Amino acid sequence: MAYVLAHSVTYALIGLEPRRVEVEAHLQLGVPSFAIVGLADRACQEAKERVRSGVTSAELEWPKRRITVNLAPAELRKVGSGFDLPIALAILAASRQILPERVIEHAAFGELALDGRVRPVGGVLAVAEGAWAEGLDRLVCAAESTPEAQLAPIEIIPVHHLAEAVAYFRGERDPPPYASMNGVPPPLPVADLADVLGQQRARRALELAAAGGHNLLFAGPPGTGKTMLGRRLPGILPPLAREEAIEVTRIHSVAGVLHPDRPLVSAPPFRAPHHSASVAAIVGGGPGPRPGEASLAHCGVLLLDELPEFQRPALEALRQPLEDGTISIARAGGRALFPARFQLVGTMNLCPCGGRGDPAAECSCSAQRLAAFRDKLSRALVDRFDLVVTVPRPRAHELEVETGEPSAVILPRVVAARDRLCQSPPSRTSAADDLLSRAVERMPLSARGRARVARVAATAAALAKSEHVEADHVAEALAYRTPREIAA
Amino acid sequence: MTELALAAFAAESNAHVVSRPRSRRFARFAACFDSREYLRTLERRGFRFLARSDAGFPPLLGAIHDPPAGLFLRGAADLGFLARPAVAVVGARACSAYGSAVSRMLGRELASAGLLVVSGLARGVDGEAHRGALEGGGATVAVLGCGIDRDYPAAHARLAAEIAESGLVVSEYAPGVEPAPWRFPARNRIVAGLAAVTVVIEAREGSGALITADFALEEGREVLVVPGEITSSLSAGSNALLRLGATPLTRPEDVLELFGLEATVPEAPDVSPVARTVLERVQDEPRGADAIGRSTGLGAGEVAVALAELELAGLVSESAGVYRGVRPAG
Repeated sequence: MAYVLAHSVTYALIGLEPRRVEVEAHLQLGVPSFAIVGLADRACQEAKERVRSGVTSAELEWPKRRITVNLAPAELRKVGSGFDLPIALAILAASRQILPERVIEHAAFGELALDGRVRPVGGVLAVAEGAWAEGLDRLVCAAESTPEAQLAPIEIIPVHHLAEAVAYFRGERDPPPYASMNGVPPPLPVADLADVLGQQRARRALELAAAGGHNLLFAGPPGTGKTMLGRRLPGILPPLAREEAIEVTRIHSVAGVLHPDRPLVSAPPFRAPHHSASVAAIVGGGPGPRPGEASLAHCGVLLLDELPEFQRPALEALRQPLEDGTISIARAGGRALFPARFQLVGTMNLCPCGGRGDPAAECSCSAQRLAAFRDKLSRALVDRFDLVVTVPRPRAHELEVETGEPSAVILPRVVAARDRLCQSPPSRTSAADDLLSRAVERMPLSARGRARVARVAATAAALAKSEHVEADHVAEALAYRTPREIAA
Repeated sequence: MTELALAAFAAESNAHVVSRPRSRRFARFAACFDSREYLRTLERRGFRFLARSDAGFPPLLGAIHDPPAGLFLRGAADLGFLARPAVAVVGARACSAYGSAVSRMLGRELASAGLLVVSGLARGVDGEAHRGALEGGGATVAVLGCGIDRDYPAAHARLAAEIAESGLVVSEYAPGVEPAPWRFPARNRIVAGLAAVTVVIEAREGSGALITADFALEEGREVLVVPGEITSSLSAGSNALLRLGATPLTRPEDVLELFGLEATVPEAPDVSPVARTVLERVQDEPRGADAIGRSTGLGAGEVAVALAELELAGLVSESAGVYRGVRPAG
């Protein structure tokens, strides 16, 4: 046996898209060495050390040959540690410690520990879907990845250790089925609207936003509860449909933020990046593009606290997803497409010092500072907010009120209104049209502003279980238009 | 066209010139000044020049002790426009929500009663008076402290363009002259000079609005003052005028009566009973939507509907989430 060749199959992810990668291992006579070729990144190059230690720790034989591993196609950049397991399997097959014909019937994906254990890697759902789409029947992956990988209709071979995988491929014994150590996890705590005292207008705006999927902006002096209110929007959104949940899970898995005990993200995700976030952190990026906060908030809520404090490029980058619900990131090696259909909730002060709108404080901002503050928010971005609520500082006695409705009471109304908007969207009466035209004449309301008011009015009508959008619904929607302090 | 030469010379020498200087420099300038060419250039840009000696020069402005050599005009209105009975509305740039609501209401009411609303296009009270006048029919004149092509402040560029559509933007300074601090007091004498009555809304001690009021008093014109909060430094200057004997302005009719105009019947605003209840609450004290809901027992949606109705009727205005009545109560 002068040399032996074998290969295994795995998938590389370009964004969320799986691409088939054949891991070829070639053993030649010569000075023992180990090289990985095929545009492998740093983490992937380090596989050498993990694979060598893993194989010896599993009491398998490390071939004393000149080993070359090629990740094909060679022009595709390979990122991450999921290639460890397929590399180990290819080398073991090449040295005939396991049967090469069996190996190529499986896809493999997982990281190796130095003691031979198999560790879970983010993105396993996308890999499982890729394997299934190409007609492979089984995926060998870390046992901890099982719940997530099982969301794809492929058969999962869960392995805790490389030795288990080898035993399986030799036909000696099947690995034990995966059992979670922790039982069923408790549901994630969701902030409840019952915690908010007063704030009737802001609550109403939240309900409208939830029912109509509108973007919502809270403006007002600091300490009026803008952030607290914004955090409570996910609690009144209906749970995700199955397809949505799988889509969100795929994104969260690739980003590595999936909770192992909650393989399926079934509640609308909530993301609140800090205002120091970079463009790449918000919309995604990096060499092997990774999803950003906007994609992680897909089908959920993206809260941008202190909106004007964000870098302008980061905010401008949000315009594409707000328009068409996707983010496309072009790289030399190709283009990655991430879904990013989220509801945007913003909060901001009315001026840089925060004194405006606060009866207890006086605004000390100069006209120039105010203008610079407003300039940070482009008109194009402000135009995306269907609902703008100015939250004035409540006086002390106004806080001594009974707590408001809990989220659980509001949710059914939201669900009913969503159904109504979907199935039979209410049409405007002529009185409503008249009011809308009158408002455009009398109020500073642009053509876009008019369309936004019309949308919100339709939601108000749906919440009121009305067949038509009446003048009153338009009037209410007008109360949430962009105020002059922000628009000018 | 000596006046035009004077205005052009003032721009050239960056000085304030209202009468023919005896300097040799001016003589040289006047000798090679081509007034026809200058006028053609003005006309190409859509501007006009109204000299002090022209028949159409507003008589009130001509009567002050140092009238400008002439006015550069930008806008569509005819020359008779400037001779109409005019009210100057002036006040603080950093005005309160109350000041801006009152200014806008006055601008609207006075313009719709047929008066010309004169102001300085500054932020705050000035800008709101112009906006109100535009809502009330468009009879408004903005007097600038720089060239009429200079849109100052920049934030009011669009407002200036809107004024030029139905009214006039005027200045004694030739196009191209940059704004400078010393030009604004000089501009204020024109604001006061054009108007028979000057209304002061919110002026700090030593503010530009007080300078305008002083010019008006010197020329023997009427000065009305909108009373402000005695605890607010924003109103310290305007309240001091009241203490000295200026007429308090408590409703737009106070101005109209000075001109012998019938007040347009203050129509009982036709709003729904719910909106009327909300209006009464807001007239008691400016409040946020939630406070209105609490004191009336209405839901957030109903309050929003009522407030939108009142805003459309021009009875209520909103600023930083707080709603206030804009018409004199009672």
